[in-house]
Amino acid sequence: MADFVSDTDTLIRYREDEPVDHAAVTVDSFLDQSNASAVRVEPGDDARELIPHLERLALVEVNFPAFGDGRGYSSARLLREAGYEGELRAVGDVLVDQVAYMRRCGFDAFEPDTALNQDDLETALSRRPEVYQPAADSRTPIWAKRHA
Amino acid sequence: MYKYDSYDQQMVDARVEEFRDQARRRLEGKLTEDQFKPLRLMNGLYLQLHAYMLRVAIPYGTLDSRQMHALADIADKYDRGYGHFTTRQNIQYNWIKLEDAADILADLAKVEMHAIQTSGNCIRNISSDHFAGAAADEVVDPRPYAELLRQWSSFHPEFSYLPRKFKIAVIASDTDRAAMRLHDIGIQIVERDGELGAAFYVGGGMGRTPMIAPCINPFVPLDQLVTYAEACLRVYNRHGRRDNKYKARIKILVHEMGAEEYTRQVEAEFAHLLEQGVEPPFAELERIRTYFEDPLFEADLPDDIDRSDPDFALWVDRNTVAHKADGYVSAVISLKPVGGIPGDATAEQMHLMADLARDYSFDELRVMHTQNIVLPHVRKADLHALWSALDDAGLGSPNLDTVEDIIACPGLDYCSLANARSIPVAQQISERFAANGKTEALGQLKLKISGCINACGHHHAGHIGILGVDKKGVENYQLLLGGSEAEDVSLAKITGPGFDEAGIVDAVETAADVYLRERQDGERFLDTYRRIGMTPFKEALYG
Repeated sequence: MADFVSDTDTLIRYREDEPVDHAAVTVDSFLDQSNASAVRVEPGDDARELIPHLERLALVEVNFPAFGDGRGYSSARLLREAGYEGELRAVGDVLVDQVAYMRRCGFDAFEPDTALNQDDLETALSRRPEVYQPAADSRTPIWAKRHA
Repeated sequence: MYKYDSYDQQMVDARVEEFRDQARRRLEGKLTEDQFKPLRLMNGLYLQLHAYMLRVAIPYGTLDSRQMHALADIADKYDRGYGHFTTRQNIQYNWIKLEDAADILADLAKVEMHAIQTSGNCIRNISSDHFAGAAADEVVDPRPYAELLRQWSSFHPEFSYLPRKFKIAVIASDTDRAAMRLHDIGIQIVERDGELGAAFYVGGGMGRTPMIAPCINPFVPLDQLVTYAEACLRVYNRHGRRDNKYKARIKILVHEMGAEEYTRQVEAEFAHLLEQGVEPPFAELERIRTYFEDPLFEADLPDDIDRSDPDFALWVDRNTVAHKADGYVSAVISLKPVGGIPGDATAEQMHLMADLARDYSFDELRVMHTQNIVLPHVRKADLHALWSALDDAGLGSPNLDTVEDIIACPGLDYCSLANARSIPVAQQISERFAANGKTEALGQLKLKISGCINACGHHHAGHIGILGVDKKGVENYQLLLGGSEAEDVSLAKITGPGFDEAGIVDAVETAADVYLRERQDGERFLDTYRRIGMTPFKEALYG
């Protein structure tokens, strides 16, 4: 279950902490100014540029202008692999059938353009009992269970 | 061959329910066609000209009799009594109802099969050498590596919305029977100083911009195979072009970035990923390998074949291939009867092939990328009985690798992308050469037909290729010469102006006649073309 579902917007969070209360800035702006703690990564941005600054980030929004553009999945996983523990929020054209893969890549918040149906969301997230490969979540891959 | 354990079974079962739910939401109008499209495509369901088409994965082209029977049953129950074997070793059904699709997936799951990632912008079914495990020239059976990659790539969370589709082939001999270097990633398992490793070729492909994949790493240790593939994919996912679908394949990225720079980025990502623990333990590869151990070949089998029946002797010469075990051959069942539709098989034929595999080939069949079926392990002593049964069912065409053994895409008869029909051209060419009796004299002549520039019929890789185009509303066919998908890989070149439907059949015969006139001892069509060049062919065609 999501810990926080807002009535007024489409934000779904799987985190305990309070959401950041100010808007995210672009990657260029973030790299230019020292006080922002929220940044928005566009598909063409290099998420690795954020890695030296992860300490001061509380929110990274990864924008999906179109659901078929999958660059954001790599951006998310790269940030988690680099040790980022703040909120990682998928925004934009985020559909219920993408959310399970996004969770695996390290997203822990979603702000879709169109609200997700809660039942469909729960179904999608619980659909796959096992996973074949490790990713940015804590799920144990099948091969590890086979050779435990 | 590989058998699912309870984990594998759970994964396909979950997929059936997931797709059932997605299809329900589409049928109830909760999903638009635009939203449903990428979901159904990841389940191999295409909307074609007349109906839905379902493509079923046959991992590395290997299946057993139980699975072949199930494919036949699906053809009978949900389609029009036939199926079409494809150039990526899969099978597709052309007359499927959306309402039935989830039930078909459920039937497939019962025999450890699925349609996962047989389309869409994701990692597709992994293909391999159709003689794997039987070929005398392989360093090792390549299929365990293909299976390892199948599992890694299934439901991969990072690589399910790639810029474009992604095809991987794995072979393990210097003879390339899988068009390895015309794949997004081609992997050749090689031996070096007694150690096995994987040579990675990245950025090949056909389509409208054909490219031969360069080798970016000649020897990746086998306990880093998955990690290296992950690095290749990540660089592509991040940097592959998404502004133009015709420039979105990895071949364009490698070409525009340069193989050297692409390789540098892959190596950097690889070094990073080695720290991330994405590689299965070597014990997993060992576990998979146990499923691909040799069947119990009999020793001291007779090696001679009674060739007194000339029709049988011709089939043996044309359609059987040397095997690593004495007394055995691999036998090819041609799905290219003269005048037939390349790659089609009826449900009855599929049932028969399944029974023959059980009786004569240790229960195993293979699908070739040339749209034929292999019984990989047949005793020479059984060949006559096998041939008789095949011949009675219209499956005994003795034409492997001849001009009659044509690869053809479905073309404008089925496909919404096509500009021209492929099947009727293939039918007329095989009829022409069967009638004029030149098939035998021509020997190996690989002819491949695509009905549009997407090149599903591999025309770039044909010794003779045919490309159907639309010329002011009329179907027109370009002739290409000199391609090869094998270890002597090359891309075919267009001869000149195209031909109409009747003209292209004549043009193929004209090109064949140039070869018959010009060839020297032992030369194949391709060898003669490479020696004499395009000019003599052009003179004969247009002079």
